[in-house]
Amino acid sequence: MSEHLLSLMTFFPLLGMIIVLMLPKNNGGLLKGATLVFTLITFAISLPLAFDPIFKTSGGMHYTEFAEWISVANYFQMNYSVGIDGISLWLVMLTTFIMPIAVLSTWQAVTTNVKGYMALMLLLETAMLGAFISLDLFLFYIFWELMLIPMYFMIGIWGGANRIYAAVKFFIYTAVGSLLMLVAIIFIYYSAVNSGMDISGFSIMDFYNLSLDPELQKWLFLAFAFSFAIKVPMFPVHTWLPDAHTEAPTAGSVILAAVMLKMGTYGYVRFAMPLFPEATQMYLPYMAALAVIGIVYGALVAMMQKDVKKLVAYSSVSHLGFVMLGIFALNTIGISGAVLQMINHGISTGALFLIVGFIYERRHTRLISEFGGLSKQMPVFAVIFMIVTLSSIGLPATNGFVGEFMILLGAFQSELRWFAVVATSGVILAAVYMLWMFQRVMFGKLDNPKNQVLKDLNLRELCVIAPLLVFVFWIGVYPNTFLEKMTPAIDQMIEQVTGKAPVVIESVVAPVQHHEPAVEESPAHGHGH
Amino acid sequence: MENLVQIAIPNINLASVMPSVVLACCAMVLLLVNAFSKRGATAHVAGLSLLALLATGVVAVGGWNQTQPGFSGHVVLDNFSIFFTVVFLIAAALTILMSDSYLKREGYPVGEYYTLLLFSTVGAMLMASGTDLMTIFLGLEVLSVSLYVLAGFFRGQRQSNEAGLKYFLLGAFSTGFLLYGMALIYGVTGTTNLVDISQFFQAFPSALTNPVAVAGMLLMGTGFLFKIAIAPFHMWTPDVYQGSPTPITAFMSAGPKAAAFAAFMRVFMVSLVGMQGTWTSLLWILAVLTMIAGNFIALNQTNLKRMLAYSSIAHAGYALVGMVAANEIGTAGVLYYMLAYAFMNIGAFAVLVLIGKQGEENLTLQGVAGFGYKRPLLGVLLSICLFSLMGIPPSAGFSGKFYIFAGALNAGYVWLAVLGVLNSAVSLYYYLRVMVFMYFKNPEEDFSWIQLKPGATICIVLSVIAVLYMGLLPSGIMSLARQAILG
Repeated sequence: MSEHLLSLMTFFPLLGMIIVLMLPKNNGGLLKGATLVFTLITFAISLPLAFDPIFKTSGGMHYTEFAEWISVANYFQMNYSVGIDGISLWLVMLTTFIMPIAVLSTWQAVTTNVKGYMALMLLLETAMLGAFISLDLFLFYIFWELMLIPMYFMIGIWGGANRIYAAVKFFIYTAVGSLLMLVAIIFIYYSAVNSGMDISGFSIMDFYNLSLDPELQKWLFLAFAFSFAIKVPMFPVHTWLPDAHTEAPTAGSVILAAVMLKMGTYGYVRFAMPLFPEATQMYLPYMAALAVIGIVYGALVAMMQKDVKKLVAYSSVSHLGFVMLGIFALNTIGISGAVLQMINHGISTGALFLIVGFIYERRHTRLISEFGGLSKQMPVFAVIFMIVTLSSIGLPATNGFVGEFMILLGAFQSELRWFAVVATSGVILAAVYMLWMFQRVMFGKLDNPKNQVLKDLNLRELCVIAPLLVFVFWIGVYPNTFLEKMTPAIDQMIEQVTGKAPVVIESVVAPVQHHEPAVEESPAHGHGH
Repeated sequence: MENLVQIAIPNINLASVMPSVVLACCAMVLLLVNAFSKRGATAHVAGLSLLALLATGVVAVGGWNQTQPGFSGHVVLDNFSIFFTVVFLIAAALTILMSDSYLKREGYPVGEYYTLLLFSTVGAMLMASGTDLMTIFLGLEVLSVSLYVLAGFFRGQRQSNEAGLKYFLLGAFSTGFLLYGMALIYGVTGTTNLVDISQFFQAFPSALTNPVAVAGMLLMGTGFLFKIAIAPFHMWTPDVYQGSPTPITAFMSAGPKAAAFAAFMRVFMVSLVGMQGTWTSLLWILAVLTMIAGNFIALNQTNLKRMLAYSSIAHAGYALVGMVAANEIGTAGVLYYMLAYAFMNIGAFAVLVLIGKQGEENLTLQGVAGFGYKRPLLGVLLSICLFSLMGIPPSAGFSGKFYIFAGALNAGYVWLAVLGVLNSAVSLYYYLRVMVFMYFKNPEEDFSWIQLKPGATICIVLSVIAVLYMGLLPSGIMSLARQAILG
């Protein structure tokens, strides 16, 4: 069982999709229920991973599976090679955890063509999980492209008024980037073959050991970085995101924000940086600059939005900028913070999109000016909205604080010190746009008659959002649960990129307690090695 | 005293042409069957044609790995020609499967249609197995003449007439180029045998720069590239594809195109391999030009047949990339792509045949609005074919493009590969637009006229299965393609 756990987890939703396709199409409740059950079972399958203590001590790949897949004479070998380490662990868990919530959120939102929607959701889950666990670049590429198809249809069929534009833009932006990455992937393969290295397919573990010419690395890194930058999305290739988010149905937005954007940042950590260490160093200041521009620009644009959903979308650009900054800090604390912030963003922004969905289902508008004084009419909703808002801003004791603090700390300790200083303004701006929006929506006079009849959250909606709130506080108060399992893998990744063991900062595991981090440089490998 | 009369007994070896003989005989028998059948009843002819193709396939595949030269080196039945033969047979079989109900709907239930299709397949097979310029020319003529008739088959329709005439005039013109090129090469080398030509150039390398030889190469190239529809010789394609009966359009985009590729590859990679430097740089430019022309003009089309015509120009451009690479994987990739393209393109056309009403005025983007809702299963099948044409994994189109671009990268043509993938990014837009109309627009019609006949159903389902199989497990067919080019 455990040796095929990852495959079981990845392909179970696909099996679910086939079953859903065979169910009668008019019975919406049955279709939604079945999909919910399938996603819950997938979550249950993945659960043992989260409790496995091995990630605390070893940064390598675990639960690996290997099977030969395609092999043509001496041309090409592509293998089904999967595995999971402390970095992908939490992204996989986030995916399996978010999916049932996303399904539950569609209960009232999706009424037409339920069968297609549910089938696409399940297909999307398989594609996302597959991309996170692939250890073969070719396999990764297949899952990466496969993700586009369900999301394209979800936005295009069930989206808002401008859905066609948004869907096509989403698809073409992402595909253009990934096609260039494909060229780079093949190129690396041939470089490896021509260097006489003994490689097994497109295995990234083998490619890690490849020492490519730095001049070549520059180009290959650009191809990968461009593809991932579109997905993140980084400034200036972020423009598809506000459109896609605004038009996508709630569940689509939740999945897009919570999981699919992480695919880009994960791509940097897993592929772009370890594969091209020298190019990473070369482009480091430029990437960091783009990240910081994204932070400030995203925040400023978010401030000016009239539509709540668009505001949240632009806040994603800002938040993902933080993640990128943490990644390029290239030290344990920065990258740990970045990976943690990926999870945090998934939880907080996922929750925000759910909240936008709640009021949209009630009022069928998302314009801030249409609301005001909702807290009197919907007290429970107000409390939850407040918690999520604060978590998104990064108030201490919520998850956002831990992640952003670690990122800024990491960046400050690296050569990106001045970038960190500018990025800090993003935290302040986040408080401005989030609280201002909250104030306009929730406080003030309840003078719009349409708002005076709104009902507070029902039980289903509470069930949808409650699990997310648990993690808001869990990560905020005791992030160690998550950090201790990702640190060994991150140390290993840093060693791969910088060529030397990372500088270990003892305060990594509990930054909340140590605002004045005791920097203790250890010459050899840190803990866990 | 020696015999005054010496009769040279030619080395015939019938095994080398067995598949073509079988198919040609079957086609002639079918002509007789037609003569004795009632007018308007064609189902049995279609069935017999399929049997003929199947029999030919069995004969052809039986010769795998046994290279059979024959007729004093004029033809050869080797893995290369067998691979292509199978591509033609599949293209013809899928075309026949979708044709029967189509011919009835359009009011031309004529059995000769199938006979002509079989003859054109024979021509294609001869082209792929010809090892002499004359045989290749013969095959090309058999193929083309049948297709001229088929393109103009709906003699009452102006568009079909236009297609037939245009194809004939321009086809004849290009044949002239080809023949003139062959004559010039013969003038320089004194032989029409492909291997002898290559040996001549090896023995006298100075002949390679002889202007007459170069002119011969260019003129032959023009003739072949016209048949493949490579820019700037692609102008005939849109009108001919749009005006021809839809199954014939599907067949033309897969079968004859592959045949021209087969002959082109054999002539240029065997006989004119000495001029590789010249023709590679030419093909490099033409490949890019073709991809750009095909994809960018397709962006603006609203008629689906015309859109697929332009896209087929672009696809020929991708295949040409593999030929520029001219290495093992690139060349095998071309063979793989030909088969993949046959499945995905004919699969897409077969669904369009079903969607069309009589006269096919409704085969436009607007005409498929909401199709995905009204006929969900057919919608999904068409979408799979379109995703494959885009090159989205896991599909045959993706694997094929992957091998071709990998070949280009391996040969050092990085920019060609980059331009290739950027072009396929452009193609995303127009393929996606079909799906935009199918799924994102409200239905205006109920598509109730679509009747799923067994023939068309089998054609579509087989195509889609093949598309997915070649996408998920490409090893088997790719190994065969490799054996085909290694002989």
